[in-house]
Amino acid sequence: MYTTDLRTKAQKAADAKDTGAKDEIVEASENEARFQARIDDEQFIEPKDWMPEPYRKTLVRQISQHAHSEIVGMLPEGNWISRAPSLRRKLILLAKVQDEAGHGLYLYSAAETLGVERGDLLEQLHTGKAKYSTIFNYPTLTWADIGAIGWLVDGAAVTNQIPLCRCSYGPYARAMVKVCKEESFHQRQGFEIMTVMMEGNAEQREMAQDAMNRWWWPSLMMFGPPDGDSPNSAQSMAWKIKRFSNDELRQRFIDATVPQAEAIGLTMPDPDLGFNEVTGHYEIGDLNWDEFWSVVKGEGHCNRDRLDARVEAYADGAWVREAAEAYAEKQKAKHAAA
Amino acid sequence: MSKGNWDLFEIFIRSKNGLSHKHVGSVHATDAEMAIENARDLYTRRMEGVSLWVVPSKSIVASDPGDMEHLFEPARDKVYRHPTFYKVPDNIENM
Repeated sequence: MYTTDLRTKAQKAADAKDTGAKDEIVEASENEARFQARIDDEQFIEPKDWMPEPYRKTLVRQISQHAHSEIVGMLPEGNWISRAPSLRRKLILLAKVQDEAGHGLYLYSAAETLGVERGDLLEQLHTGKAKYSTIFNYPTLTWADIGAIGWLVDGAAVTNQIPLCRCSYGPYARAMVKVCKEESFHQRQGFEIMTVMMEGNAEQREMAQDAMNRWWWPSLMMFGPPDGDSPNSAQSMAWKIKRFSNDELRQRFIDATVPQAEAIGLTMPDPDLGFNEVTGHYEIGDLNWDEFWSVVKGEGHCNRDRLDARVEAYADGAWVREAAEAYAEKQKAKHAAA
Repeated sequence: MSKGNWDLFEIFIRSKNGLSHKHVGSVHATDAEMAIENARDLYTRRMEGVSLWVVPSKSIVASDPGDMEHLFEPARDKVYRHPTFYKVPDNIENM
C-alpha cells in the first residue's frame, strides 16, 4: 500500500533524542561519510553493509508500518468478498485481497533483513504501538467503495510506491518492484467497477458518486502532510529512501486521476478544483488536516474495529500455528528415529 | 518458534526449464514442506515458476561486505581475460 511518517511531533522529537539522530548526522563519522557517498552515487545498500543506526531505524519503522498497512488493508475489502455482486467480481476481489496479504509478507521479510523479528513486529501492531495507514480506518459502506478503494486508494499507493522501487535499501526496493506490478491490477479492477456502475442505472451511478465523494479526500491525504509540515522528509530524501516530496506525489496523483473521473462521468467532490493553464496542473481546495490527525490518533470510524478484527484473527489462528509446530516436531522426531 | 518467529527459509524459483533458480525472497515456516507450500502461495500466484527451492536461511554462508576488496578486487586489473582485450585484424570477418 503506502507509507508516510505517522508519528506525532512529540514522538518524532523523542525518537530523535533517543537515537541522537540529528547530532550524529552533523558529526558524520568516517563511516557515515562513506555511506552517504555510496547513496549519492546511487548505490544500493544491502543488509550486511554498514549503515547508520538512524537509517536502520527509519527503515524498520517505515517498512513495518507499510507491512501493517497491507495486512490491515485486507479488512475493509475482505468484508465484501461474500457480498460481491457476481462470481467474476468475487474471484477478482479474492485475488486482490490475497495479493495484499502477499505484499505484507514481502515487506515483513524486508524489515527482518534489518535485524528485527516478525513476531515482535506483529506484536507492535496488535498492541497498537505501531501505526498503519489511516485510510483503512474509513468504513466500506457499499460495493462502490470496493471500486473506489481499488481505483483511488491503490492508485495513490502506486504513485507513492513507484519511486520506492529505486529506494536506497535493496530489499525494500526489490519488494516494491513486486508490489507495484500487482498493484496496477488492483487499480484497474477498481476503475472497472466504477466504470460499470457509471454505465448502470441512476441508483448505481449515485452509489459510485457517493463512494467517490467519500474516498477522494482521504486518498489525497495518503501522501502525508504538506511538505512544510513534514520535517523528517529532508533526511529521508538525503538517504534516498524518499525520492519525491509528499506534495509532488500528491500532485502527480491528482493530475492523473481527475481526467479518469471525468472520463466516466464522475463529478469531482471539490468546488475549488480547477486546471491551471500556466502550470499545466490541477489545483485543489484545502485538505482537512485536522481530520487526518484525528484519524491517526485513533478517532477514525473504524480504528478500533480494524485492530480488534486483526487481533481476533490472530488469536483464532493460534491453534493452527500450534498444530503446525506440533506436527513439525513430530515429523522431526520420526525422521530422527528412522 | 512461538510468537510467530518460525524458521526463515530463502526461496529460489526456476522461472522455466532451461534457466537456473533465482532468489526471490523468504518465508517463515515450521519445516521445509510448509516452506514450499507458503512459497508457492506467496511467490508463484502469476505463473512465475515451474520449480522451487527452499533453503533454511541459517544454512546460507555469505561473504562479508568487508571482504569485498580482497575477494573481488584482484579481478579488476585482468582485462586480458575478456575477448574484447584482443585486437582482431580488420580483414578477419568472424572470430
